Formats: sequence, C-alpha cells, structure tokens
Amino acid sequence: MSGPPALALANVSKSFGAVRALREVSLELFAGEAHALAGENGAGKSTLVKTLAGVHRPDSGQVLLNGEPVVFHNPADAQRAGVAVIYQEPTLFPDLSVAENIFMGRQPRTSLRRIDRRAMRARSAELFARLGVTVDPEQPARGLSIADQQLVEIAKAISRDARVLIMDEPTAALSGNEVARLFSVVEALRGQGCAVLFISHRLDEIFSLCQRVTTLRDGAWIASEPVGGLTHDDLIRRMVGRELGALYPKQDTEAGEVALRVERLTREGVFTDVSFEVRRGEIVALAGLVGAGRSEVARAVFGIDRWDAGAVHVDGRPLPAASPTAAMAAGLALVPEDRRQQGLVMELSIERNIGLTGLRSLRRGLTISRAAERDRARDWAVRLRLKFAGLGDGVGVLSGGNQQKVVLAKWLATGPSVLIVDEPTRGIDVGTKAEVHRLLSELAGQGIAVLMISSDLPEVLGMADRVLVMHEGRITAEIPRAEATEESVMSAATGRAA
Amino acid sequence: MARVLRWDVIIGLLLVAVFAGGALGSPSFATAGNLSFALGDLGEIALIALAMTMLVVAAEVDLSVASVLGLSSALVGALWDGGMAIETIIPLVVLTGALCGLVNGLLVTRLGLPSLAVTIGTLALYRGLAYVVLGDKAVARFPPQYTALAVDDVPGTFVPYPVALFVLLAVVVAVVLHATGFGRALFAIGAQEQAAFFSGIRVKRIKLLLFVFSGTVAAFAGVVFTLRYGSARADNGLGIELAVIAAVLLGGVDFDGGKGTLGGVIAGVLLIGLLRNLLMLNDVSTEIQSIVTGLLLIVSVLTPRLISLLRPVRTGTSALKGTP
Amino acid sequence: MTATTTRPEPAARDRSARSLVDLVFRARELSLVLALAALVGGTAAVNPNFLSGQGVEDILLNTAILALLAVGQSMVVITRNLDLSVGSVVGLVAFVVGDALASGWGLVPGVVLGIAIGAACGLLNGLLVSFCRVPALVVTLGTLYVFQGVCHYVAAGRQINAVNLPPALLSLGNGAVLGVPYLPLITVVIMFAIGYYLRAYPSGREFYAIGSSPEAARLAGVPVRRRVLAAYLVSGCLAGLAGVLWLARFGTVVADSANGWELLVISAVVVGGVAITGGVGSVYGAALGALLLTVIGGALVVLRVNPFWQQAITGALLLIAISVDRVLALRVARLLRRRSRHG
Repeated sequence: MSGPPALALANVSKSFGAVRALREVSLELFAGEAHALAGENGAGKSTLVKTLAGVHRPDSGQVLLNGEPVVFHNPADAQRAGVAVIYQEPTLFPDLSVAENIFMGRQPRTSLRRIDRRAMRARSAELFARLGVTVDPEQPARGLSIADQQLVEIAKAISRDARVLIMDEPTAALSGNEVARLFSVVEALRGQGCAVLFISHRLDEIFSLCQRVTTLRDGAWIASEPVGGLTHDDLIRRMVGRELGALYPKQDTEAGEVALRVERLTREGVFTDVSFEVRRGEIVALAGLVGAGRSEVARAVFGIDRWDAGAVHVDGRPLPAASPTAAMAAGLALVPEDRRQQGLVMELSIERNIGLTGLRSLRRGLTISRAAERDRARDWAVRLRLKFAGLGDGVGVLSGGNQQKVVLAKWLATGPSVLIVDEPTRGIDVGTKAEVHRLLSELAGQGIAVLMISSDLPEVLGMADRVLVMHEGRITAEIPRAEATEESVMSAATGRAA
Repeated sequence: MARVLRWDVIIGLLLVAVFAGGALGSPSFATAGNLSFALGDLGEIALIALAMTMLVVAAEVDLSVASVLGLSSALVGALWDGGMAIETIIPLVVLTGALCGLVNGLLVTRLGLPSLAVTIGTLALYRGLAYVVLGDKAVARFPPQYTALAVDDVPGTFVPYPVALFVLLAVVVAVVLHATGFGRALFAIGAQEQAAFFSGIRVKRIKLLLFVFSGTVAAFAGVVFTLRYGSARADNGLGIELAVIAAVLLGGVDFDGGKGTLGGVIAGVLLIGLLRNLLMLNDVSTEIQSIVTGLLLIVSVLTPRLISLLRPVRTGTSALKGTP
Repeated sequence: MTATTTRPEPAARDRSARSLVDLVFRARELSLVLALAALVGGTAAVNPNFLSGQGVEDILLNTAILALLAVGQSMVVITRNLDLSVGSVVGLVAFVVGDALASGWGLVPGVVLGIAIGAACGLLNGLLVSFCRVPALVVTLGTLYVFQGVCHYVAAGRQINAVNLPPALLSLGNGAVLGVPYLPLITVVIMFAIGYYLRAYPSGREFYAIGSSPEAARLAGVPVRRRVLAAYLVSGCLAGLAGVLWLARFGTVVADSANGWELLVISAVVVGGVAITGGVGSVYGAALGALLLTVIGGALVVLRVNPFWQQAITGALLLIAISVDRVLALRVARLLRRRSRHG
C-alpha cells in the first residue's frame, strides 16, 4: 500500500446535541483494499459513513482525499470525488423506475443531452446480470421487496465506477447466494483499484472479505489492524470492551402461565402461519434477517397492521384485530423498532411522552392532572435511572440510550402483562445496553412475558430463554436456550436448515 | 430560545403596541362603539379560527370552512324563504355543517387522503351547493329580533352577542386543547402521528371529530354572518378561509402541526382585526389591508424559521432520520 | 470478473406487477380521454350546436389559459409543493400590462413585461419556499394576498377597457392561424416543450425525484433547492404569460378578475392525475384536466343545466379523482404485497 490513502479521516469529531457520536476518529482507506468497520450498534459507524458521504460535516478534524484535505458540503460533492455509498436503509424514489433510480443525476445521454432510455435500461440489466439477479429495470421501485431494494442500491453504487465504495450493512437483507455474488463483485472492484469500506454485523463476512479492520466503541477509535492475526473473540473484545457476561445479566426464572398466544397468524405477502406462545416470566427472542417479517408480526399482534387470518390471545382472551387501543387495554405493550418515528414524539417533553400512554388514567374530572402526569414521569424516570435535566425538557436533547429509557418508561407505566420490544438496544451505548438488559431480565422475574426482536445475535443468545427464528415470513425454528448458538440461529435464519 | 421570546408572547405584545398606538394616534379608535364594531366584524373569522387551531395543531387543515359558511347562509335564506321558523332552521343548518365536516373527515381518515386536497375539493363542492340552493339571489327579510341578536351588545357591556359566544367557545377550546387528554393527543398527533398511533391514541377517530367540529362551527358562523348582515347569499364569506388560516399561523401555530397555543391564536385574530380597523379608521384602502395581512402571514412563519436557521449550533437539522 | 452470463428474460412476476402498475399510471390520461369523449359525445347528441365551430373554439379559448396555468402548477406540485398565488399573479399582470399597453407600449415589450412580473412573483415564492424553508401553502397564501393587494393598489378602482388596448393584442386573443386560434396554440406548444423536458432531460427527471422522495434526492446529489426554485419560476412566468393572454382574450380587466382561479387550477392539476403528494403525473394530464373542467362547464350551458351546478360538479369531480386514485393505489399496493412472496 503505497501512496496516500484514497480517502481518510483525521481526528474527526462529531456531536449531535448532547450526544458525541464520533470522538477524534481516524481512518485510512487505501486503493485496492477492503476495509471493515466494526463496532456495536451505536458505536458511531453510521455517523462515520455519513461523514465520508458528505451528509454530515465534522465538528473538528479533516476528511482527506488522496492525502489532500477536502470539505464535502453535500452528498453531491462526495459523489463527484468518487465516493459511492450504500446506505443501511434503502433511499429510493418509489415513483420512479429501477433504472431511473440507479442513474438519477447521471443518466446516459443521447443527442441534445437527452436521456438515452434504451442505454439506461441496458446498462441496468447489465448491472443486475453482474450481480446475478433478475430485477426488471422498468419496474417502479414502489413494491420492491427489501432485498430487491437493497440490490438496486448496490447496483446504483457499482454503476458509479467509484474509487471508494462504502457499504453500510449491505447484506442484512440478502440471502447466502446473493451475498456470495456481491462479494465476487466487490473483489472485482477491489482488483480494479477501488477502496471498499465494509460494515456488517456478521463477523464471518468481515473475515472472508476484508484485509484490515477498524474498530469503534462509543464513538471512539479503538484499533486499525490487519484481519489476518485476529480471531472472532479478539474482534468482539475490541468492539464490546468488556467480558460478554456482564452485558447479558439473564436471571433464570420459572415460566408461568401462557400470557401471549399467537395462532396461525397470517398477513398475506408479509408473514404466514406464525404460531407461538410466550409465558409469564419468559424472555422469548424472535430472530431472523432484516425483512424476515419479525417486526411485522409484532406490529400485527399490537394492532398497528391488520392481520388477514389467525388469532391472538392475551391472558386467554382473544384480541380484536387492528386496534392498538384494545391491545393496550388487554395488557400488551410495544417498544417499537423506530424510536424517533414510532416510539417518541420528539418535540414533546419527557413527561408528556411518558404520559401519552396514560391519558385516561391521568384524568381528574375532565382535565389532565399535571401533578399526576409529573409524578408518573418522575417515578419512572427515577426507577429507570434516566439522566435528565428537567422533566419538561424535550426528549430530542436526550442521548439515544436515555430516549430508549423514556420509551420503556411510557410502556412500563401502563403495567403491561406482555412486553414486546423491537430492537431494544439498537443505537444505544454499551452502558445503557447492559441496563436495558438487566431491566428486561428483572421484568421477566416479576412475571411479565417478554417478546424480544433483535438483530443483535449475542443479545439474542445472551438474553433469551427460547429463540424463535423467522425466515421469509415463517417461523423456521424454535431453539431452547441451551441449544442456541450463532450457527444454529443463523442457519435457520438464512433458510439453510430445516 | 428563552421562554419570554415565545412567538405567542411576541404577538401578544405586538397586539398591545398596536392597541396603544391606535389609541394615541386616532381618537375614535379606543371608543366602546368602535371596539364593539371591530370585534363584531371579526366574529365569524374568530369563531372558525378556534376550530381551525385544533385542526392545524393536529397537522391537518380545512380549507372548506368559508364554503360551509356560505352553504349555511344560503340554506338559512332558502329555508326562511320557504317559510320555516328560524328556531327550526338553525339546528338544521348546523347539522348540515356537521355533515359537511363528516364528509371531509371520512375522506381524510378512511382513504388517507391529504386534507389539503380533500378540502380544496369540498371548498368548490360546498360553495357550488350554496349556489345550487340559493342561486345568485339574496334573502334579506329577516325579522329584526333575530338580526339584533347578531349585532346588539350583551346588556351593560360593549360586547356584542357573537363576541360573547366566541369568548365562551374560546374558553372551552382552550381547556380542551391545553388541559385534557384529548388536547395532549392532538399535539402528539400533530408532532409525530405514527408515535401517537403506536401509543394507543385513536388518531382517525380524533381527526374525524375535529373535521366535524370544524364544519359545525363554520355552519354556525354562517348563521351569525347571515343575521349580522341581515342578508343570506351564496357568496357570503367568500375567501375568509385564508383570513382564518392567516390568523391561526400568525398566532404561532406551526403549520406542520404539534405546536401552538390558543392564546396566541386569539392574539393573532385580534391583531389582524385591530390592524384592519386601524387602517380603515385612517382611511387606508382595503388593498393595503390585504397586503398587510399577507405580509404578516409570511413574516409570522418566516421569522421563527430564520431565527432557527441562523442559530450557531445546528442540532438535528439533518433530515436523515438515522440516529448518530 | 465472474459470471457475466446475462439473463435477459425478467421473471414473469416482475412483468405482471409492472404492467399492473403501468396500467394504473397510464390509466389516468386514458380515463380522462374516455371521460372527455363520453361527455362530448353525450352533449353533442343532445345538442349538436356543442360541436359547432364556434362552440369548439370557445372551449379551446377558455381552456387555453387554464391549461397554461395548470402546466406551470403541475411542475410545482410534482416537486411536492403548491402555488396558490397564480390567480393573483394573473390579475396583477393583466392589469399592469393593460396599463402599459394603453399608454402606448408595443405588444412584444408588453408580453415581456408580463412574463417578467410573473417571474419576479415566482422568484419570491421560490426563494421563500426553497431557501427559507417556509411551508409552500403558507408562503403562497401570503403572496396571494400581497399580489392581490398590489393589484388593487395599482388599479385603484379603475378598469381596463378593450378600446384602449392595441389591436395587435386583441387579435392575439381572438385571431387564428390556419383556423386554429393563437391561444390554444401557444398553450399546446408550451405544454409539449415542458412535458418533453420533464421526460427526456436528466434535470427534468429530478423534479420527479424531489417529489417522490426529497431525502433520497438530497442523497443522490440532486440540487433540491435550485429545482424547487425553478419550478416556482416557471409557474410564475406562465402565470405572467397567462395574465397577458387573459388581457388579450377578455380585453376588459378589473383588479380581481382572476381571484379564486388558484383553486380551479389546482383542481385541473389533480383531476389530471398529478398527485398532490408529488412525484407522479404529467403536464399533459394536467392540461387534459383543464380541458375536462372547461368542457364540463360548456356542456352544462349547452344542456341548459342550472349554471350554478358547475362549481359543485368541479368540486365533486376533484374529490372523485383523488379518491379513485387512492383506492386504486391501495389495491395495487396490496396486490404487489401478496405477489411479493407467492409469485
């Protein structure tokens, strides 16, 4: 590796309000290398990616292009400099065709600078052929499955002939075959002198694809080193920074009565024939790849989406379809996947957010009792050790971990008998993560039935009494705690095992 | 921003300044007669603004209010012409308004259509129906004991009956908006509808109620309007939806929902009313008045945004929803 | 590189899903044409005068101005914005240009003046919306008032009369080339130019990209603010031109001549299949929507329906258009969802 790195960060820091997302982070990407970025959820990986992509500008430190400092004012600047990014969440135009999505802003031209639609179509088909998949370039992006959307994103990035390709969890929704194809394309690009930054939560992929790895923890740089000399455990230790045991304080509890029973639940095209039970005192994990239908099951059970067939019973009583209000009354609580859109009203204060699930119980006569609202918020803020300046502060200024505590508080305040948590520790710091785990364990100990959806495999293995695995909308395996391993869960999640 | 610098407080102070300036500058301004006139002249706009505030807080809008007012006025005229008693006409007309609101609400909540598009459609539909009902004629022969109700002051004050009614309704709306669970739900829906729905709030039912309320109030305002001018016409109140929305936004309610106070809106309504009155007293033409209204509207929304844009620390301005 | 064996045949499910979606998107223009044909046919059957030369010419002339405004408006709406100020701009331009022409300006400088005033108005709207990030509805509602007020101020109660206007202008309004009146000709040329630009040019597609997903557009490096500004500028220019054409067509102008037209224009756009939520639709659809609304008005007159029904029917049509659109979109979404796994 001679010459200056194709793209580099030098002592970059970035804060969002009170949250320090990146602290003095440095990273060097050389032409022709595949470089892994490792770190837990919330370690700052996505912020780093967005800094390289020109979405965020560093508060301090520099971005270096071929050794020269540059400032990317916007994503267009970064793209012009040869940086292509595949984001974790697909960013497509639902109303435009796949081909237009791929070539937006750099369509092939014909005479008079018009768009050459035929060439655009042909080049799209060529890209998909290179990836070994069939996606119709003329189809509108609306209605594509998550995996297909991700493939369009990949095709878009590859089509840029980029000098730096950044991939933020590109494989999360892909099947084994598609991953293998993607890797061979990446290898080819690398051979042509492209620098690749690769982010994945699957350690195997890092070891098979990358030459070097940089680890982040809590927004700080930990190490940059060749992959060759490392073991899985070495890498995990760098990412977590402590022994795994302390992160997953699971108590053994006696499973009680069945609190949640889901029978042959089906939402056409989303999930099929999903049946399971969760008993009081149990933590049951719902594992699987992104797009397998886990969150969708949780949404349907809680009444956000309508189910087409099947039934849900809470404490033995059937639940009407499509009514969150009825689900709440029956004792269900859902800590949703997307904290900022679904979990919290970001513009409202801590106490208003916590009060939102108890508007009826806070009523004194016709009006809301402010004292009761405040007491409820303070009570739970103290119990969950929330760090805050005032209960009247907006939740927007809190850190991710504290925001998640507010979501938990608002639901625990309803006294649920079944708690569904969807990605409970996504994007929060390690310290709070351990607290959330302890809390879930305590809640189970108090006889609450906990259903936990998580893409974080160590979390699933560390916390769950039983693991249900979903693949393409069906439950493909039920694995007791004693038998649950990374291999057994992943093979069921990718549909390899029966 | 410091608490003192809240937008509704600024508007309140501006209101006091305009009042003081008016009183000093024009001897006829601060008289009971003029203020009573100015207040009465605002009546319908003020009434509808109350309902509109709740809608805008919930991030919806109803552009059809002026047409409902016109339809209600036309119905009053047609039914009165047909020999029906006012006592029967009023509940009938108000019920029609509720129905108009129900149609808006059902289209918005059942089909998930944007309220802006729906109410632009019903704006044309309801106004059209008003013409269908009454054509372009005017019905004017209302008995004085009824028209007096819309003009006379509550005995012993300089407060006209419609204004008294407004005050009553304003108190009710203020309590609902700022002190009840329903009000809490409105702010949550406006700020982040999905999160409100995930919290078990019956978003659709609440929105439906708001549209019905808006239609009802607009129809009632139509009755007041008709009696106040003693004339029922299909084109009554043409275009006042814009004045209502201007007043609501001027009062500091965020058009994107989730923010605002009723106090601010009342100050906004009064400010627009007093300014118009003041300009009229000083013989400034109506055209300048409409320029002033338009500028006030733009400035009222622009200023807070410019302040937030110019603030040194850009926190969370990234439109990306991803967490850091 | 590995495995570049191409597989030219897309899977069958992709094709059927695509044709389904295609059908829904194309259906709008098609159903508009069908509705027009049925309406014209039915009306002409009852009263053949409807299709007389004069009748058709009236409809074309009446459509021209509305369609011109609808074309400009649809550019704004495609970017997920709105321009309520167009009616006021038309009124303002018609009056100011009328004054200028009456005081001896030539036709060409007059047209340029009109377009320049429209451009200035559009620029103001565009700057406030794109750079100051004020919601479009609020901005254009405010400028609606302001432009209207300025127009009243300029008019000061006066009226512009045809006798004071140069004959060149009036012949623009009523003249024809090869039997086709100028006004619809101008509109059609502009419509095709803008329609072609939006479809065939990379920057044209960016308007759709912005309306489809502003966030994705930003990440794709689309200059969002510049495009939104351009949309308002075009809408303003076309409103300015429409103001001049208005003057040419009617000759007599009072200050509030075009008040309330903004809603008619938006109705035409939405009936024409441009989604109010952005990203979908074409200027052709919008112009067809304008034609449909005008034809309905004409048919009501010919069929001796109480003319007071016209506005109600316009409103009902708008509601039906958006409702049918929505129901179809929901159906397609459900079908796509079901096929995505069972395909």
